[in-house]
Amino acid sequence: MADATADQAETQSGPMLAADGTPLKRSLARSLRMQRIRALMLVAPLLIFVLLTFLSPIFDMLFRAVENRIVGDTLPRTVEVLKDWDPETSDVPPEAAFQALYYDLFLAAEAKKHTRLGTRLNYEDPGISSLFRSSGRSLDDLGEDHIEAIEDTAKQDWREGAFWYALLGGDAGEPVVESARSQFVALEGETPRGPVGVVWCGLRNVVGAPCPPSLSRMPLNFGLSNDAMAMLPTTSLQYAAFGVFTVLEDGEALQEEDPWEAVYVAMAQDLAAPDAAAKVAAYTGPGAAELQAAQQAIAALPPISFRDGFAEIDEDWLDPTVWRSIKAYSPKYTPGYFLNAVDLEMGPDGVQARPESQQIYVMLFKRTLIMSMAITISCIMLGYPVAWLLSNLPDRKANMLMILVLLPFWTSLLVRTSAWKVMLQQQGVINDTLVWLGIVSDTNRLVMINNQFGTIVAMTHILLPFMILPLYSVMKGIPPSYLRAAKSLGANNWTAFWRVYFPQSVPGIGAGSILVFILAIGYYITPELVGGTTGTFISNRIAYHISSSLNWGLAAALGSILLVAVLVLYWAYDRIVGIDNVKLGG
Amino acid sequence: MLDTATGDAFVEFDRVQKSYDGETLVVKDLNLALPKGEFLTMLGPSGSGKTTCLMMLAGFETATYGDIRLGGVSINNIPPHKRGIGMVFQNYALFPHMTVAENLAFPLEVRKMGKSEREQKVKRALDMVQMGDFGGRRPAQLSGGQQQRIALARALVFEAELVLMDEPLGALDKQLREHMQFEIKRIADNLGITVVYVTHDQTEALTMSDRVAVFNDGKIQQLAPPDVLYEAPENSFVAQFIGENNTMEGVVTEIKGDSCLVQLDGGALIDAKPVNVTKAGERTQVSIRPERVEFNAERLSPDAHLLDAEVKEFIYMGDIFRTRLSVAGNDDFIIKSRNAPDQERLKPGQKIKIGWLAEDCRALDA
Repeated sequence: MADATADQAETQSGPMLAADGTPLKRSLARSLRMQRIRALMLVAPLLIFVLLTFLSPIFDMLFRAVENRIVGDTLPRTVEVLKDWDPETSDVPPEAAFQALYYDLFLAAEAKKHTRLGTRLNYEDPGISSLFRSSGRSLDDLGEDHIEAIEDTAKQDWREGAFWYALLGGDAGEPVVESARSQFVALEGETPRGPVGVVWCGLRNVVGAPCPPSLSRMPLNFGLSNDAMAMLPTTSLQYAAFGVFTVLEDGEALQEEDPWEAVYVAMAQDLAAPDAAAKVAAYTGPGAAELQAAQQAIAALPPISFRDGFAEIDEDWLDPTVWRSIKAYSPKYTPGYFLNAVDLEMGPDGVQARPESQQIYVMLFKRTLIMSMAITISCIMLGYPVAWLLSNLPDRKANMLMILVLLPFWTSLLVRTSAWKVMLQQQGVINDTLVWLGIVSDTNRLVMINNQFGTIVAMTHILLPFMILPLYSVMKGIPPSYLRAAKSLGANNWTAFWRVYFPQSVPGIGAGSILVFILAIGYYITPELVGGTTGTFISNRIAYHISSSLNWGLAAALGSILLVAVLVLYWAYDRIVGIDNVKLGG
Repeated sequence: MLDTATGDAFVEFDRVQKSYDGETLVVKDLNLALPKGEFLTMLGPSGSGKTTCLMMLAGFETATYGDIRLGGVSINNIPPHKRGIGMVFQNYALFPHMTVAENLAFPLEVRKMGKSEREQKVKRALDMVQMGDFGGRRPAQLSGGQQQRIALARALVFEAELVLMDEPLGALDKQLREHMQFEIKRIADNLGITVVYVTHDQTEALTMSDRVAVFNDGKIQQLAPPDVLYEAPENSFVAQFIGENNTMEGVVTEIKGDSCLVQLDGGALIDAKPVNVTKAGERTQVSIRPERVEFNAERLSPDAHLLDAEVKEFIYMGDIFRTRLSVAGNDDFIIKSRNAPDQERLKPGQKIKIGWLAEDCRALDA
């Protein structure tokens, strides 16, 4: 039997088999599966918690650094028209662009979303925000003469919602209505429900507390007439947009509402078309007489010029830079935030440096890196001797000292930072002492806070324990016999330390440095409180964009760059020192 | 004690005392001298002061009182790195961040030796411990025995005349330990170096040393060559500490020159050799090695005093038989007999008579 097995093992060329003939690998995997599942279940609660509350928001946030749907969602037709516009050859885009902008902006203004777009474009082209805000208000006045001309032909009819619906409404035109709806949904920023949302709402239905209906599913209860769509295409389109807005936003029935100015303007455009007279004459449906009268009234007026209309609202609309900005930032994803984060922008000839007065981030990144390094180095200088003492004292005394080291952890960060303010300010403890000792004259008090010095001092103090603890744990693991051995071999105290002890404590320095540096590079509160203007970090700028300027995209881009910088440094550290050489615990 | 005041002593402890806390003495009045080339072992239970003595010699501890001399010069105030004493540590203390060759070159480097000379010496030291091919390895890549050899080579590479070893074989398994004992002894003899060796393992002490200093309670109990130590312990501590021993208490009844009669507490009379007793009537502790006990009456002299014994247990140990007896109220009396073809194998419950030569049974201090 033993021989047979041996022969089998020798002749067998395939994978190793277990006793029952299944491949050994599979049977090993099976026997370990239970163990793995158990391990996974132990980790699962934390994993899910971190995924839901930490990682997914972070990725969502970082995604905002490139996401730029707002321009396309707010001005879909304008973006479409501008695709064919070459900013190199013509100063101002064609009439079609102004026309598209009118209809897009009109709807956006009614939905009060035009200022949002203004704010977004303002990041790239300062001043554009007020242009959008004022234009949104004045858009009703564009094409005033034509609107009045149509109304004047039969006021009692044109001011009736029912009349309009009889003229334009019907049972057909679902694609047009639905495309108007999807444009409105995009403008409102409602994203369709994902699979999880569907299951969730299904559950809520069962429980009897259904989800509120989504905009894309609410019934609209209106359609368009085929005749009107053939005869008045632009009008039908705008009427559909008005209908969707009326039903979904105002919750009114379309049949009872007098349409907004854009529908009149569209009507005026349709009636001014070259073959409009013939089509209207051939039309016999509801409101045929009124339509003919309106057609004649419009024919008497010059055609609407959207370009002139916009120029009248604000001269800036004839400034090509506005249009360039809209075109440049029309794609769904943009490198704009990242370019901004490194003091660049997209110009007519591609990427270019921002004006000098706006360059700030590269300098801030550099300062953050340099100051973090300074903090790390001062932590090593101050922490190393303490850690050495800690690891060489008898246990009782070491515990006492350890409590002193840990004391800062038990005090609020804010309190510690404020204490530094008291210490360092010009009327503070240190200055007072120096003046009293006569080292510094009363008029020449040292400036030690609200600058880089203050930030470095306060942060070194705050981050020191993160250096001492890993150093201590590594040093604790170096037996004293190494130093003794070195001395017995003839090395004096310094050589023994430098050649034997120090190299073995390097992993501790590495671990402490990584901790301190990474904490420092993203530190916010302390630089904010004691940094003044010259001692603030990039994180302070990120916080500013998150909470004050609300430019989340830029904040996300800055944050991403910071994250990448840390990862690159970590990678470099791994290459140079080796991450195996980092010890956080004995 | 041997005469310690001779002028040609290489290492000398002169009335050395050591206290850590100012209240108790860890080393009490130590006097010890060893000539060049001697292999001296300090043997004793833990806390007996032997390691402290070694550390004082190496310079890592300072003597509270007394003088330590090396080659006739007091080294009390010389820092360890200037003493030029090689040392092998308990856990080898090989520097983990250096290769084997760098470890060996370290003492030469700090002595500012030239590169070629350094390499030559390192090579010679590695060859000496038969580790010539391991220069490029890190200590962590070596087995315990190999690390041991490297530690030894490192202590020898700078040609120290005195080498201290602090339980260097403690971390090795039995077989390797025995092999290394032989190896260390061979190298030490070849180089003619003086070795002070600390251990708590008596076998190690007996097999390697020229002389053994048995420490207890901060004092040297006996300083003697291994055979003397084993066969002629001077007091009951040494007798018990070195090897296995049967002890019985009693009172000396009669001393006649080289032998005496002792009446055990149970009433029986035995022959013994007076060592620490001087007159009849003194209490004594007699000590007899298990292998010197004879139960075959034919081999004993006719006038010897015999004791009644009952076999309690018989243990077969391969080369020897180990038998536990109940003798004069002592249930732990052990005898050992060689596993020879004609040797009788005792059975539990068997009643026998035992005896010994008077010179093998030493009457020591009570």
